[in-house]
Amino acid sequence: MSAGVLGAAERTVRPAAPEGSFGRFVADAARAGRLVVQPRMGFSDLRRMRAGLERTRFAAATTVGTVTIDSYTRVGAYDAAHRALVEGTPLNGYPIVAYPVETTRTLLAGVHDESFPVQVRHGSSQPEPIIRALAAAGLHATEGGPVSYCLPYGRTPLRESVRNWARASELLAELAPGTAHLESFGGCLLGQLCPPGLLVAVSLLEGLFFARHGITSVSLSYAQQTDPDQDTEAIRALHRLAAEFLPATVDRHVVLYTYMGTFPTTARGARRLLAASADLAVRAGAQRLIVKTVAEAHRIPTVAENVEALETAAAAASVTDPGVDPAGEESVYREARRLVEAVLDLDDDPGRALHAAFRRGYLDVPWCLHPDNAGRSRSFIDDAGRLRWSAVGRMPITATASAQQPAMSSARLLSALHTVARTYDQ
Amino acid sequence: MAHSQGVGKVLLTGTVSDSHTWNLVFLELFVEELGHQVVNLGPCVPDDLLVRRCRIEAPDLVVVSSVNGHGYVDGLSAVTRLRAEPELAGVPMVIGGKLGLDGRDEADRAARLRAAGFDAVFDDGDLLAFQRFLADLPAGASTMVGRPA
Ligand code: B12
Repeated sequence: MSAGVLGAAERTVRPAAPEGSFGRFVADAARAGRLVVQPRMGFSDLRRMRAGLERTRFAAATTVGTVTIDSYTRVGAYDAAHRALVEGTPLNGYPIVAYPVETTRTLLAGVHDESFPVQVRHGSSQPEPIIRALAAAGLHATEGGPVSYCLPYGRTPLRESVRNWARASELLAELAPGTAHLESFGGCLLGQLCPPGLLVAVSLLEGLFFARHGITSVSLSYAQQTDPDQDTEAIRALHRLAAEFLPATVDRHVVLYTYMGTFPTTARGARRLLAASADLAVRAGAQRLIVKTVAEAHRIPTVAENVEALETAAAAASVTDPGVDPAGEESVYREARRLVEAVLDLDDDPGRALHAAFRRGYLDVPWCLHPDNAGRSRSFIDDAGRLRWSAVGRMPITATASAQQPAMSSARLLSALHTVARTYDQ
Repeated sequence: MAHSQGVGKVLLTGTVSDSHTWNLVFLELFVEELGHQVVNLGPCVPDDLLVRRCRIEAPDLVVVSSVNGHGYVDGLSAVTRLRAEPELAGVPMVIGGKLGLDGRDEADRAARLRAAGFDAVFDDGDLLAFQRFLADLPAGASTMVGRPA
């Protein structure tokens, strides 16, 4: 297996991320033809978190580690996280701000190093304390974005999130000079029922935003959706747009998330969906894959379930051949590019442009309850299984012509949300 | 749907730490289809905001939804806070979703939520039971305003 399909511009030599950085690790693996796989993993219990990192490192796969942060820390309720630690109430992630820096250093000692980078994943629109805590513990890589860590994650006004993320990006660049890595969560948004053009556009725009605020190594994301061909197109579009829009000096790769919506409930269905995402990553040329486990539909996975998922994904990737160069269909690329251009035309500053774009409805995430989202767009899964727009609101793109969808009901919504799960559980 | 009597105004809310919204989008439709008016507060609602909006909206029922695993803790805090307000002490209030992290000790924790003031706990997100609860709410009784579907 080789590193996958890259556009011409991708093949041109670019200054590599420095030795020992997250970006370099992924680039080296890609050059060697290996897909990097990564869990979503975070526990408040220190022994479990440590075991999780160790077992991820020694899994039969090319892995990077993850520390996923709990919900209290995400919304800035550090006291609530602290109280849970004192009372022994388990949290849904690692409370990196409530724990003393020394604790996190000890957690990482001897497991986090050049051959095993660790990324902090958190979903916070107020990321500064998290960035300070991770940098103080010796980490350099995290995830976020002014839009993607705001709209799906609560009530923070978008304007405030843009400001917070501008500062946070600069802070990370300053605290981890050269080695800082930021991944955009823009390829996920609400996890499901968002057509790929918008996911690709937001991810690219957030990558540009990071670069503007001093980050020199970024990853652009995309979450597996309902149709493998459409997904392949989307990942290729992301590569192509990155080559066209990101400054040449910025190190970049594409990360794919295994399906982020309502997951299959059977172990067999979950494994098949995971394997399909690994296959997609290799065929479409994503360099890193963030996996899901058989526990996804039910509860937070155990360490063992995570390791199983990493190894299942790596095994599936190792028997997949990279696809051939993109041929015909480029509707995702064209749609994403129209959105990106419309946004960048609004302002020279990517943060202000993103904010203005949402205010005007040029970007409009379907089914999103956030007050700063216009809420005029709607999506559906067509008979062939592709995600389509039934309404685009004021976005500068077109809805599918024949998309007169009947009014949404709770049963129809639930059915749409379970389409992928149903297919893979069968 | 079968039992759409309509109890009036339903205030739907996420918990303070929970950012999931598909549950809220779904429940809004589900409850509306049963003939009620829904005010959807969205995700990550702090207790103070919940209390404030309850005072303004004077709902006939408060529905709390949580799926992020902090539902027992956050739900307990929300109901305790609401019940401490004299004019809100009697508002019917229910909670549901995926309330715990690991399925441990569920019965005990559901009982604690009830003891703290929830009228019903749908800890496995049981929609049929919820629908029955809505249908059995005596329309027009206590604070209820009967409203035909
Ligand atoms: C999509 C998703 C996300 C999206 C959410 C986007 C958004 N804005 O909504 C994103 C990616 C942002 C996300 C983030 C997180 N998520 Co999430 N997410 C999911 C996922 C995959 C699907 C949820 C969904 O949309 N379902 C569709 C809706 C319609 O169904 P539902 O929410 O299950 O609700 C149903 C019932 O529960 C019931 N119900 C719900 N509420 C109520 C209330 C009443 C009164 C009643 C009667 C019924 C009821 O009605 C619904 C219809 O049946 C689930 C796993 C899964 N199910 O596959 C995980 C999951 C819910 N997430 C989880 C977690 C932990 C998180 C994070 C903390 C990150 C992490 N550590 O992994 C953050 C949350 C941050 C925060 N501050 O809360 C866990 C929760 C674990 C637990 N409860 O033990 C799950 C189960 C995944 C897992 N296995 O770890 N998530």
